[in-house]
Amino acid sequence: MAENWKEIEEGAVIKHDIKKSPRTGDWRYMKPEVNKESCIGCGQCFSLCPEACIDYDENRKADIDYNFCKGCGVCATVCPKKSIKMGKNT
Amino acid sequence: MTIEKDKNLALTGGAAAAEALKQINPDVMPVYPITPQTPIIETYAKMVADGEADTEIIHVESEHSAMSAAMGAEAAGARTVTASSSQGIMLMAEILPIVSGSRLPVLMLVSARAISGPINIHGDHEDVMAVRDLGWIQIFSENAQEVYDNSFIALRLAEKVRLPAMVIMDGFQTSHSVENLEILDLPHAKDFSGEYKPKKYLLDTENPVSFGPVALQNSFFEFKRQEEEAMSEALPEYKNVCDGYAKMSGRQYDYFETYRLEDAERAVVVAGSTAGTAKVAIDELREKGEKVGLLKIKLFRPFPYAQIAEALKSAKNIAVLDRTISFGSVAPLYGEIVNSLFSNLNSQIPIQSYIYGLGGREIFKEDLKKVFDELRNETHNKINYIGLK
Repeated sequence: MAENWKEIEEGAVIKHDIKKSPRTGDWRYMKPEVNKESCIGCGQCFSLCPEACIDYDENRKADIDYNFCKGCGVCATVCPKKSIKMGKNT
Repeated sequence: MTIEKDKNLALTGGAAAAEALKQINPDVMPVYPITPQTPIIETYAKMVADGEADTEIIHVESEHSAMSAAMGAEAAGARTVTASSSQGIMLMAEILPIVSGSRLPVLMLVSARAISGPINIHGDHEDVMAVRDLGWIQIFSENAQEVYDNSFIALRLAEKVRLPAMVIMDGFQTSHSVENLEILDLPHAKDFSGEYKPKKYLLDTENPVSFGPVALQNSFFEFKRQEEEAMSEALPEYKNVCDGYAKMSGRQYDYFETYRLEDAERAVVVAGSTAGTAKVAIDELREKGEKVGLLKIKLFRPFPYAQIAEALKSAKNIAVLDRTISFGSVAPLYGEIVNSLFSNLNSQIPIQSYIYGLGGREIFKEDLKKVFDELRNETHNKINYIGLK
């Protein structure tokens, strides 16, 4: 988030420039953590994330973009291997 | 520009607005009918049906949907207009600040009308004054000519500073009265309105953007400050647009119009069609040697405080006529004039507040003369009501 009101996006229209955009992840209360050992890369969290902020990493494991993850917990609920745990955001 | 004879038309204010829209030919127009705005959209719908314009008119189920669709269309990158009145504007009120907060230059033609209740369909300024703090540029029109001209000026100004704009005419008095006006020829009109080229829009797939995100404690305040900056930029920009319009049309507009005000000791400030009545009253009083004058409001948001203070500084007593009521407070225009004079000149000129014409109550030349007569005395220091039974 820019420090100065003159530098932020006009009309809160988010361009894909993370430095200038208000990030949904800034107000997250709960935070999902992926256990990369037990994740099977099934993609259920990927397809159900309402913020579309989960992608595969290079090992085809769930990878969360915490800039936009708002901590809703859908991914943890749908994970068939219980590989995503919700903890308090710190 | 040479003026051809067929450029002079006799139209209602509503049809004059539709004539301007036909020449602008916006991309999208989501509308819902309401008296006394209906002449605008029914005239325009006929023009589109006759193939004179190719705007996509969206018939929606309410004004809330009309403004929501207008926001969506403008965000998509389409030049969008709509029109409404009274309860329609009340229903739009939830979306109005979202449009301005998202910096979308929607143009809305308003036929100003009383707001319920009790229910009343006639003209006053209650509707537009109720939404005056929602980030929309507001321009008042005295007659059909100004409705037509202001439509072009507001469109250009809105797109320049990226804020939505309302062109306001008095319901019935202007929207339904036939008057002579001079229109632009199509090439000039097209050239002035230009093509809408938004910086950011949803259908720009090369540069994807999101509209309407959440902005909480960490950024909301900054977005509001930025919006206020756009409003203050709109003030000098309005003058530039008016000057450009004058070069092309020969009709010069300013922040406000003054009428025999230079040496006036007693001045009336009013917005809308009543300015015409005031001019006749002033002419008759001037013939008797009375030093009276008028300041007619045009640009109301952003409000030109300093310029108005300068124009009124030599008056000895001022009456501000509001066609709305602000319950438990001072009338809005009155408050702005007091602020203009006090904050810019530290002026102690007495200023009287008059409320008139609510719900379409008539105001006559004699009423204006009586106001000028009352200005001979010292301050009343109370709200005066013209034509109240």
